[in-house]
Amino acid sequence: MQIMSKDIRIKKGLDIKLKGQAQQKLSSVPRSKIFAIKPSNFHGIIPKMTVRVGDKVNVGDVVFYAKQNDQIKFTSPVSGEIKEIVRGAKRKILSIKITAAAKDSHKDFGVKSPGKLSTQEVKEMLLESGCWASIKQRPYDVIANPDDSPKAIFISAYATAPLAANSVYVLNGKAKEFQAGIDVLGKLTEGDVHLSINPIEASFLNDVKGVVTHKVSGKHPAGNIGVQISKIDPVNAGEKVWVVQPQDVVTIGKLFLTGKYDASKVIALAGSQVESPQYYEVIQGAKISDIVSGKLTGDNNRIISGTPLTGESVPESDSLGYYDDVVSVLPEGNHYRFFGWMPFLGNDKLSMSRTFFSFLTPNKEYTLDTNFNGEERAFVVTGEMEKVMPMDIYPMQLLKAVMTGDIERMENLGIYEVAPEDFALIDFVSSSKIEAQDIIRQGLDLMIKEVG
Amino acid sequence: MNFLRNKLDNIKPLFEKGGKYEKYGPAFGGIETFLFVPNHTTKKGAHIRDGIDLKRVMMVVVLALVPATIFGIWNIGFQNMGEGQSFWTYFSFGAVRFLPMVIISYGLGLGIEFAYAIFRGHDVNEGYLVTGLLIPLIMPIDLPLWMLAVSVVFAVVIGKEAFGGTGMNILNPALVARAFALFSYAAYMSGNTVWVADAVADGVSGETVLGTLGANNIPSTSVMDMFMGYMPGSVGETSVLMILIGAALLLFTGIASWRIMLSTVIGASLTGLLFNAIGSETNELFNFLWWQHLLVGGFAFGAVFMATDPVTAAQTTKGKWIYGFLIGVFAILIRVVNPTLPEGMMMAILLMNVFAPTIDHYVIKSNISKRKKRLLKVKA
Repeated sequence: MQIMSKDIRIKKGLDIKLKGQAQQKLSSVPRSKIFAIKPSNFHGIIPKMTVRVGDKVNVGDVVFYAKQNDQIKFTSPVSGEIKEIVRGAKRKILSIKITAAAKDSHKDFGVKSPGKLSTQEVKEMLLESGCWASIKQRPYDVIANPDDSPKAIFISAYATAPLAANSVYVLNGKAKEFQAGIDVLGKLTEGDVHLSINPIEASFLNDVKGVVTHKVSGKHPAGNIGVQISKIDPVNAGEKVWVVQPQDVVTIGKLFLTGKYDASKVIALAGSQVESPQYYEVIQGAKISDIVSGKLTGDNNRIISGTPLTGESVPESDSLGYYDDVVSVLPEGNHYRFFGWMPFLGNDKLSMSRTFFSFLTPNKEYTLDTNFNGEERAFVVTGEMEKVMPMDIYPMQLLKAVMTGDIERMENLGIYEVAPEDFALIDFVSSSKIEAQDIIRQGLDLMIKEVG
Repeated sequence: MNFLRNKLDNIKPLFEKGGKYEKYGPAFGGIETFLFVPNHTTKKGAHIRDGIDLKRVMMVVVLALVPATIFGIWNIGFQNMGEGQSFWTYFSFGAVRFLPMVIISYGLGLGIEFAYAIFRGHDVNEGYLVTGLLIPLIMPIDLPLWMLAVSVVFAVVIGKEAFGGTGMNILNPALVARAFALFSYAAYMSGNTVWVADAVADGVSGETVLGTLGANNIPSTSVMDMFMGYMPGSVGETSVLMILIGAALLLFTGIASWRIMLSTVIGASLTGLLFNAIGSETNELFNFLWWQHLLVGGFAFGAVFMATDPVTAAQTTKGKWIYGFLIGVFAILIRVVNPTLPEGMMMAILLMNVFAPTIDHYVIKSNISKRKKRLLKVKA
């Protein structure tokens, strides 16, 4: 089925304007001494190590593979020596730490032209180099199964989440690599490769070949790939679509153009606690402290690898998450507020409701902290979730279906179409403080287990 | 505030796990979180959260009830004494009658909520903040306090906690209290003498507009008095103006559903129009103008504060339109053609509370069948 280019305008949603949006300025950070790969970044993957402590690795050498599917390999982002395999309870591998050499040497995968390769050969190249991990699938929001043939592949080059890195900026000057990456992805599906862009931002993305381009505008979550898929070609039971982040398309392109796995990427360091928020060029798995040191204000901060809506809280000693292109730093909210629930008091808070005077200043950039702003309750208020859910989904009913473990109802209500990030705004707006992302993740895991 | 915070921090360990009064932790938590929004930070999911919580939601509703409450207290005095007294004379007369009802309602209801929280070891929920004020506002002023007390206990225990507490109940707890009182103590809940304080003793005529119409007489109350609320009735329900001020706050803040309010009005108007068109020589209620139906009885109060209770209303957007519309239809239908109940709003809302899940079921079913059709199309 041929799908035409669409004009997608999202009205239901919420733009959360936070202070500390990254300025469009690019610097580099000092090369970390220690890099880390965290298996927990790859949901559901159980790592099988192929290296031991003390082994030397080059960029692109396999560090571990997935126990479920030994084709899916995870490779080192730097040259160096395996320093430590950090294990937690039940000997679960938490992190693989690599002492970086002063200079990188790359494993050579050979320059290849995707046009001359079979689909199987393209897949092998991606799997061997470790690039496969960047290809995720819907349903379930997990790494794609290389044995599948997806209905289509989707790329969103428009980020709307608060503090998110600007896709056009991070792709700046990488037109050739991006096009090469698209050509590779085109080999992986019988269907189309869909690219969503924001029509206001002029860039090379308008002229990419081999894709169906969709113009997306509107409030967050307009930039969420799941929302775009639901408007372009929704996922039905039994179908698979794949999604790739735009910078990973570049990495894939570089792999085929140069024969090398290049784990560098551009990230935004943003948030109200960052002195001068801007972009940095870093290597996958870089240590957080090397990215943030000397750049923060205040001493009661939360560092988040990812956006404030979907990221993961990380200590400075931890490393950048595999899928993240922003590090956000917000003040912790571990303080009490006297009669803080009184309507129209405490107006430094942002709210979708008009129970704060902050509704008078819709364009103000807010300094939000991590306070829970209440306590978890049963579902009471209705309609608030629907205001931030642009997909054809009944969010509250789906959440309840997950909570009761009713698989048939989850399927009927569209569990295959959603990812936790699509429920991030529901986390935010819920007056009962429902942990919607967490519930959806549990629901997806149950479906993987029961339906597969 | 620091002084209070320090005091709380000092005694808090006693109520925490392993503390001397661990059992009473939920009660302590209820009071502590009433005074202070806790210092909890986000642990999973989104790291930032909307400033709103259930306490704020419930307080907005309480604020919205304040104009109707103040007017209701004043009106208690006004209805008893008639013209010619000062505002404060009316108000203090009303306050002396009304405050004991509020104290009984909140005292007993919150007491039961705290007891359940301690017994079950969960947080004290905020729902009763609103219910506690709604109950005395929808009762006749001369209802003996012990009857009010029994109704409150019934509403909280059977109407709410039996289902699992705030968020789980099927019927609006305040209306459960009222329905319980009506069926148990009918003589004190209806008729011509209960709507004005001391009506019998003072020889005041205390017939409501709907009561007059029910007896097939034409009421003498002017339209302006109906709108302003200068007439006998349950404490909070008489002044449409004050209720509209509350409605404005609820709609402006986005706390209550405008769809339910609007569709309730539409449903009632259409039904009223229909009865006007049919007309009747034996039943004056057929001839009572449709828009005047909206000004009398518990209609406005029910549409704004009761029908919109999110827990017991329909939960889907389409469902809310249907739910509200049918409340309006049934409220007028019961008023006009049911000879035993002069007012139909309470029954209409309770009835639709029961059917709300059914309405939602069919709304959601259409979403499900749409999804299934899409799948079939792909397979074909």
